[in-house]
Amino acid sequence: MIDCVSENSVLVTLGNRIDPALTSKIVALCEWLDLNGEGWLVDLVPSYTTLLVVYDPLQRDFRDVTRIVRQGVGGLAQLTRQPSSEGHSHEIPVYYSPESGPDLLALAKLKGLSVDEVIRLHSQRSYQVYALGFLPGFGFLGTVDPQIQAPRKVVPRASVPAGSVAIANGQTAIYPRTSPGGWQLIGRSPTVMFDRHSLSRLSIGDQVRFFPVSRKEYLSMGGEL
Amino acid sequence: MSLFRIENPGPLTTVQDNGRQGYQRHGLAQGGAADRHAFMWANKLLENAPGSACLELAFGGFEAVALAPVTVAVTGAAWEVQLNEDFMPTWRTLELARGDRLRIPPVRHGRFSYLAIPGGVLSETVFGSQSVVMREGVDGLNPIAAGDVIGGKSAGILPQRVVPLRFQRRYESPVLCRVIAGYQYHQFSGDDRHRLFGQRYTVSSQSDRMGFKLSGAPLQSPPSGVISEGVALGSIQVPGDGNPIVLLNDRQTIGGYPKIGVVSTLDCSRLVQALPGQQVAFALTDLEAMQSEWLMFERFFQVSRWNPSGTDLSWGG
Repeated sequence: MIDCVSENSVLVTLGNRIDPALTSKIVALCEWLDLNGEGWLVDLVPSYTTLLVVYDPLQRDFRDVTRIVRQGVGGLAQLTRQPSSEGHSHEIPVYYSPESGPDLLALAKLKGLSVDEVIRLHSQRSYQVYALGFLPGFGFLGTVDPQIQAPRKVVPRASVPAGSVAIANGQTAIYPRTSPGGWQLIGRSPTVMFDRHSLSRLSIGDQVRFFPVSRKEYLSMGGEL
Repeated sequence: MSLFRIENPGPLTTVQDNGRQGYQRHGLAQGGAADRHAFMWANKLLENAPGSACLELAFGGFEAVALAPVTVAVTGAAWEVQLNEDFMPTWRTLELARGDRLRIPPVRHGRFSYLAIPGGVLSETVFGSQSVVMREGVDGLNPIAAGDVIGGKSAGILPQRVVPLRFQRRYESPVLCRVIAGYQYHQFSGDDRHRLFGQRYTVSSQSDRMGFKLSGAPLQSPPSGVISEGVALGSIQVPGDGNPIVLLNDRQTIGGYPKIGVVSTLDCSRLVQALPGQQVAFALTDLEAMQSEWLMFERFFQVSRWNPSGTDLSWGG
């Protein structure tokens, strides 16, 4: 479905529920538009089930853009191969502890688990990057094991330290920089998620795994406390 | 070359241009001049290329000393500037001699003023733009601080010009925002749609370059959240409290609140000049009308030419 949103954007909706299979379609559509959007494509904002296509109305009007985008969406049905980037895999070290993750104990208690079980459940599965947003390099990763899902905090923190690893319902994320935030903090990673030279470490469609490290390892990797 | 030394940047002064294009998929905001009307006119006064970087000054209280003879242009909220001891009108070029002191007093109406210099402000370009988005804290993109030296491509005195009165804006009147109905428009109840378009809202103090929160009689039953999706400039999102938020240049790239529609790009420029307590109303419009109006606006700045007296323009060839 393609809807006109504003004078210079249309929204492509490829599904109405979160589904990892949609992400590879959205990535493929981004790649197709990057190739076919020369001269009029301004920006692409992929998310879970949608792609916002921002265009230059001086070059194409909404009828042209809708037609071109429809052609791209039509091509997805015949897409036999996966998009060229299967998605990178990332291994992200995390120092899970009450010291680095102030909500870890409360979350374990809430879910009736030991801290070690929370850590095991968070680090045993591979997560897909569904979307980027909120801050440069902030990836929305899913899906978190239902046994450790917890809602956002009622009162968000004024300052969440950079590198914080956090959970909100079925999603988990790494805060690329210090910012306000309402997610449940369970640890911290020394990995730089965004800088001005390499841009965002994560891209939509990538796979992410977390692995626990000790306090000493965290600090030796450049982590701060 | 060095053109100014900043004595006092005021509450917030940043470099802004057309904004960032092509980086929203990395989570970077669009940014860019919040009032495109005043920004385009500041550049036009100096015949800078449309979109050249300007200083965007919030609320006035700005002071700088010229380090070389230079013609500048000031548009937007500042209704007058102080050049040494003299008060001068804005929306026109100003000739500064070396050592002249330019002061932009606190503004009474409107928020943002634009100071253009010949060829555009020189500053670091990061991800294709000089625009500063404060909350992102990207290295190299900082607000202007006291003691900073503002560089430009050239000094020099340009012809005197003034924006024709019909294009100059004051910002004290209530704001009318024309709205393109969104794809989620029909998810709102008829009563709530009526409520949105039938009342005058007030700009709240929670309003900045990210978005403007408006207060009024709340919508009674906004739809619950949607799966987070890319949000366009001007999107009117309605969270659970029923009061609309209009999302602007520094908005987050994706969001999960339902959106009843989108404020036209040109009206976003007007809304962003409103101060807390000022009134805002919404009116339905259609996409085609807004697209042609915007195109006319952009083409005007591309092709219009100043007449020799610098008091009016005509459409060029």
